[in-house]
Parts: sequence; C-alpha cells; structure tokens
Amino acid sequence: MRNWVPVLLPSLIAGLFAHQGMAADLNIKVNIPQINASEYHRPYVAVWIERVDQSVAQNLALWYSQKSGPEGSGTKWLADLRQWWRKGGRDAQLPLDGISGATRPVGEYSLSFNDGKALAALPKGEYRLVVEAAREKGGHELVRIPFNWPATKADTQKVDGQQELGAISLDIKP
Amino acid sequence: MISRINHALLSIGLASAMLITLPAQAHSVWLLPSSTVLSSPQFITFDAAVSNDIFYFNHRPLAVDTLVITAPDGSHLDPANVGKGELRTTFDLKLEQSGTYMLDILRSGLRANWKVGGQPKRFMGNAEAFAREVPANADDLQVGESIMHVMTFVTMGAPTAVKSSGIGLEILPITHPNDLVMGEPAEFQVLVDGKATADVDIEVVSGQSRYRNALGETRYKSDKQGKVKVNWSQPGMYYLDAELKDKNVSFKQAKERSLSYSVTLEVMPQ
Repeated sequence: MRNWVPVLLPSLIAGLFAHQGMAADLNIKVNIPQINASEYHRPYVAVWIERVDQSVAQNLALWYSQKSGPEGSGTKWLADLRQWWRKGGRDAQLPLDGISGATRPVGEYSLSFNDGKALAALPKGEYRLVVEAAREKGGHELVRIPFNWPATKADTQKVDGQQELGAISLDIKP
Repeated sequence: MISRINHALLSIGLASAMLITLPAQAHSVWLLPSSTVLSSPQFITFDAAVSNDIFYFNHRPLAVDTLVITAPDGSHLDPANVGKGELRTTFDLKLEQSGTYMLDILRSGLRANWKVGGQPKRFMGNAEAFAREVPANADDLQVGESIMHVMTFVTMGAPTAVKSSGIGLEILPITHPNDLVMGEPAEFQVLVDGKATADVDIEVVSGQSRYRNALGETRYKSDKQGKVKVNWSQPGMYYLDAELKDKNVSFKQAKERSLSYSVTLEVMPQ
C-alpha cells in the first residue's frame, strides 16, 4: 500500500480540478488580407466556436461598425454575416460583452483564450472554429477548422482563406 | 386581425374593378421584398405585380388594396408610399419590431357567367354586388367562389412563428420562411380552411428564369399530413404556388370554389 499511494496522489489532485476547466490554451490568428478595390471598406468579421450540429457554442469576436452613418446603424449589415446571424447572432443581445468591437484594418490579429474562463463552459467534445467575413461592396467568406476540446496534445492547424480572409490558424495546447 | 380580414373580404367589390388573375389562368401574381432577413430596424420596399414571368414586370401592377400586413405583435400596419405604376405597384414598410412580418394580399369574391339572349355576361365581385347585378333567373347561370392569397414574409432580428389564417388554401411554412438556406430542405403544410390536406399539387420555381432556357419548375404533392418537403436547387428568390377547386362553398348559388395561394421566399447561400 505504501508503494502505490504516492503514485496515485497526483492523479487524484488532477481529478479534483478537472471540473473547474482545464487551464488549456486556445490561440487564434486571423488575417485580414489586403484587397485592391476601388472602394474598400473594412470587413465585418465574426469568430466563434460551433458544435458539430453547427449551433454556436461560444462567440469569440465580432467586429462591426460601432457607429451610425448615413446608411444607418452598424448593426444594419450584421445579417450579411449570414451564417453567424442565422446560427446565433439574431438571438444575441448586442453588443456582446467583451466580444463586440470595431472593424479592423488589414493585418494579423491574435485572439488568445488561455485563462480557462472563456472556454470553461465548453464540455469535452468535437468543435469547429468558424471565421466569417463580409465586406461592403465586396464578398463573403467562411472558414472552418475542426478541433477537439479540451486538447490532449499541442496542435496547430492553418487554413488559407481565398477571398475575404487570409490565413486563419488555430493553436491549441493542453 | 379578424376585423381586418373581414374588411379585406368585403372590399372585393373595389378589387373587382381589376380583373385579377384567378386560379387556372396563365399569369403569376406576386409580392417581391427587397430584403427578407434584417439585423436592425429599417425600411424595406416591395413590388407587387401580375406578370407572365415570375419576378419580371411585364404585364400589370397588382393592386394592394386588400393587403394585410401583420407585425410580430399581431398588430396590423399600413404600407407606406404606395405607388401604382403601369407595370408594378410599389410600397415601403418600416420594420421596427423584432420578429416576423406577414404580408398577405387576400382576395375573395364571386364570379358568375350567364347569358342574355344568347350573349355571354360576366360578373366578379362580392355578394352584395352579386345580388344587385346578377339576375336571379338568368339563363345558364354559373356561379363560383374564389379565395386567393398572395404572400411573403420578412424578419427583423430573431424569427417569430408564422400562423395560418385559416382562410382558403395555404402552404403554411413549417420550416421558418426567413430561415431557408441551400442544402437544407424546407417543410410546408398544405391547409384548406386551416385543415391539413393531402394530394395538393405545389409548384416551385426559382427566380432569374430569363437567364435559363427551361422554366425549371419542380412539382410536389402534399402527403397524408398535408406536408411537403421542398429541396432548393440554388440560392435566390422562389415562387411557390398551389391551386385547388372544391365544393365547400359558403354562398348558396355557387357550385364550386377556386382557391389559390402563392408565396415569395428567399433562399440564402450557405
């Protein structure tokens, strides 16, 4: 008995914390590409985690015009993020606290969720990271990256958008 | 709502001035919204027309005097900026409440054919006008009733339930009419006077027919529960319609009842 108690102890302790969410990392990079257009507007972008049935498990970012202009409020064009709108946006109370933000210029943006809080409510299972972009007088694009949560090993995946999105990468660590 | 619909039913006398297409005629009758899925309060606009080709203005405007607009809270709204052109009627609608708005051009009335000295005579209108204008002992008198719905739906924010009017023929959306996307079949239920009805033929045509050789209509038949499952061939505006004749008349001189229903729906890309 003396022999196996110390061996068992660390796994017991780990078990105690298992319910409080793993302190796992989820890092996302979203590239908004340079697009040559006679009239360029920054895209509306939604980043979220969806379940296998395409329902929204967690919104991560929503970039849209925060101002009202001659063409109405910024929320007028949110329906153009048509997948996000249909799957959850239309039921959400805007702005989404800590998630809504202004549109971003061309560049690479990092989103890190490593404190365990944002993703603590995510039960173990299969998910997909979804990034959707819609641009005024431009196009629409949606990129999906499948992953399992919580991560059992470090994993990086990268998908290149074709039109409205540049490289999207998902980096997860246990 | 009931009083507004009764009003619509009574106002057929006015509508009869325009010999609108009724079941079994060649023209399509439609309402076309500028948008169907919206994320903030705003105006949208509609076209209403009678045409040979779906969603092309090439025949006559469609009168909107019997249009009933039902807001998400069940109240009725009036169309704004109604304008009647040679080929279409246009009107605007401000969406301020979150939810689904139903637009229904509902017409009902009587049609009669008879002969005076061998010459054919014709009547269209409501029961009062019928009593006044159609001789009771007319030769070869044929009387029919008709009920027609021309519908569309638009949603601001989250969709809310759509309800049957319980009047005449309806292709009631079971899948929400503003939640239609490519790759997901949509379910409908055929109702006659609010009751599920089997074996009704439904025709589904996508817009943009000018740019293809074949009309490309798809036909469906309602099952035992009145249900129909429709598959979309491409994103875009669609026209669904059905016609039916039955003997369930409410006017004693009428022998037959002609029912029709058409609806414009938008199917989004994935």
